[in-house]
Amino acid sequence: MRPGLLRVIFMALLWFGGVVHAQAIEPMPFANHAQELRFQHLTQQLRCPMCQNETLADSNAPIARDLRNQIFQMMQQGRSDDEIKQYLVARYSNFVLYDPPLTSGTWLLWFGPLLILLGGAGAVLVVIRKRNRGAAVAPEASTDHAPTDHGDDW
Amino acid sequence: MNRLLPFFGFMLLVVLFGFGIWWNTQHDQNAIPSPLLNKPAPAFNLPKLYEPAQTVSKADLLGQPYLLNVFASWCIECGAEHPVLEAEGPGLGVQLVGYNYKDAPADAKRWLAEHGNPYNLLIADEPGNTAIDFGVYGAPESFLIDAKGVIRYKHIGPLTPDVVAKELKPAIAAMQKEVP
Repeated sequence: MRPGLLRVIFMALLWFGGVVHAQAIEPMPFANHAQELRFQHLTQQLRCPMCQNETLADSNAPIARDLRNQIFQMMQQGRSDDEIKQYLVARYSNFVLYDPPLTSGTWLLWFGPLLILLGGAGAVLVVIRKRNRGAAVAPEASTDHAPTDHGDDW
Repeated sequence: MNRLLPFFGFMLLVVLFGFGIWWNTQHDQNAIPSPLLNKPAPAFNLPKLYEPAQTVSKADLLGQPYLLNVFASWCIECGAEHPVLEAEGPGLGVQLVGYNYKDAPADAKRWLAEHGNPYNLLIADEPGNTAIDFGVYGAPESFLIDAKGVIRYKHIGPLTPDVVAKELKPAIAAMQKEVP
């Protein structure tokens, strides 16, 4: 009796799990497999404005479902990926794009790492210059080493 | 001086992190600045909540500024915002237009009967399509739209007495100064 009951509960849990999963992302009547792949590729590049760390493809929020439907309908109308992205950016700003475009507001985001690298290189140069000057003054420094450094000794 | 250098570096980091913490408490982390700000509001044509046979379009509302408040009966924070709208709404000096978002009309009416109705006009967007044009992604949201149909201010999340006093009222005042 007992194992039977456990089995029923287990099966019920499995079944409910399947139901919940089926509701998360509803199937859409794609024209063909290529379109389905294109849809998945596009929605994975777009961020859900509501639950902000999820893509439109993954999100279960009502707004994400609405936007997926909207994207699907625009695809049926033959709009390109860029047109669909522009449509969303016009309404929800660049925030919906996971790949931010280069604008006056994002240049620091794009070039910040380069600036930090340059700053680090500058600091290293200053330290090397200082060390060489110190080595030139120090009595144990051999005369073979010229005080001017060409940066090739490390 | 050289021995103090790491200490200065450390202090620099402390200041940087402190600024980061302060900065993050100054604004809502989840609010997305609307690209529609200071642009004409999108065109819409939606049925009235209480008389679904009649529709209201953007053109119908031109000539008078109004506050478009997106709400829904399923939205918990809308319940928190509601008393603020009831208290502050009449004193704002603009029409209060309720935008019922993705809601069954019966639920919305029951909710308004229970909590009170501060709105001068109520429109319903049950499918939620027009809301996408407004860039709505969660209720409550509020749009201040001027007499020419331009969005002058947007607030995401519930309006609080603080937000009304510090942001909404100055935005209304600036708008009224411009259009005598």
